[in-house]
Amino acid sequence: MSNSNNEWPLWEVFVQTKSGMPHKHCGSVHAPDKEMALQNARDTYTRRNEGTNIWVVPAAAITASSPEDIGPFFDPSNDKAYRHPTFYTIPEGVKYI
Amino acid sequence: MEDTVKQEDHFNEKLEKGDFIEPKDWMPEKYRKTLIRQISQHAHSEVVGMLPEGNWITRAPNLRRKAILLAKVQDEGGHGLYLYSAAETLGISREELLDQLHTGKAKYSSIFNYPTVTWADIGAIGWLVDGAAIMNQVMLQRTSFGPYSRAMIRICKEESFHQRQGYEIMVALSKGSAEQKQMAQDALNRWWWPTLMMFGPPDAISSNSADSIKWKIKRETNDELRQKFVDRTIAQVEYLGLTVPDPKLKWNEARGHYDFGEIDWAEFNSVVKGNGPCNRERLKARVGAHKNGEWVRDAATAYAKKQAAKAAGSLVA
Repeated sequence: MSNSNNEWPLWEVFVQTKSGMPHKHCGSVHAPDKEMALQNARDTYTRRNEGTNIWVVPAAAITASSPEDIGPFFDPSNDKAYRHPTFYTIPEGVKYI
Repeated sequence: MEDTVKQEDHFNEKLEKGDFIEPKDWMPEKYRKTLIRQISQHAHSEVVGMLPEGNWITRAPNLRRKAILLAKVQDEGGHGLYLYSAAETLGISREELLDQLHTGKAKYSSIFNYPTVTWADIGAIGWLVDGAAIMNQVMLQRTSFGPYSRAMIRICKEESFHQRQGYEIMVALSKGSAEQKQMAQDALNRWWWPTLMMFGPPDAISSNSADSIKWKIKRETNDELRQKFVDRTIAQVEYLGLTVPDPKLKWNEARGHYDFGEIDWAEFNSVVKGNGPCNRERLKARVGAHKNGEWVRDAATAYAKKQAAKAAGSLVA
């Protein structure tokens, strides 16, 4: 946004807290390159063994959906109740389904 | 114009429902400004807060205490970074934020303009100053701006050790020799009132309070938090066998709260204006640290450029 030329680029940080878990966004760091971005992210966001893996992504590379379009953007899924298991009636006495 | 009215209605509805406001959502300009001011002040306080404690890292009484203090100061640095990162989502750059701190345009918590003259001060800071900060921060976990709330949740998880290590120091000193106990009492005497001032001016004259409550940036007022802090802390003081420097402190059965004496707001205002015991020293140390780090930042930038050029070169070849 108001970045001047000599400020290091911003990286968004995603940490996986346990093996098998998804990476979760936890904040951002500034760094001149990806190696330092990883090291800064480690020092900033995992001081207490919170991580088994870190992703750093240049903030400028992220495309986000826009909050104003929240209605039209997500509404294709609004009227499809049949995608949920509770939509269906199963005869009483039928088990394991 | 009509659009703005609609957007503002939508914004208020969200607050009403208890939804969070995210960086790309529409927000009133004053909400944005208030948050930038508050989050950056909070970040600066974490960063400047490293200085009074840093003063004792080399002189901690033993290796255990030294390792703990080092970890605590590192945490404060980390907390500053979480908060700068949250402030930047509102459209202000890290550089602008640091400039505002270094030029004195932005404030940080006045408490850090008091000196740490004995080891007991490290105990009193962890116990009282961090204790007061936690009270505020627990409330801010539910603040209406998403990135600020998330930063606060992380900070609160980490901060509790800060308060406990401080109290442990106070327990050790108050159970020690007569001189050590006196040292603990002296630290309590000096930190008690400045700690109560940390919650900010009384509600009746606090200029930012009403908007902050309306926008759910804050959920409790300065006076409410201050009262809660006093109520919770007195039993901890009593356990230490120490007394707070307030002859008017008294349990009020009818209110179900402690009554306490008048805070010296003239002192508070004078420290905020830059006339505390350490204002100049703190700012000088901060600006110095930034300047002394310049060659490291330059070297890292140069290295990154060189590596990028090399990578581009090898692609061409």
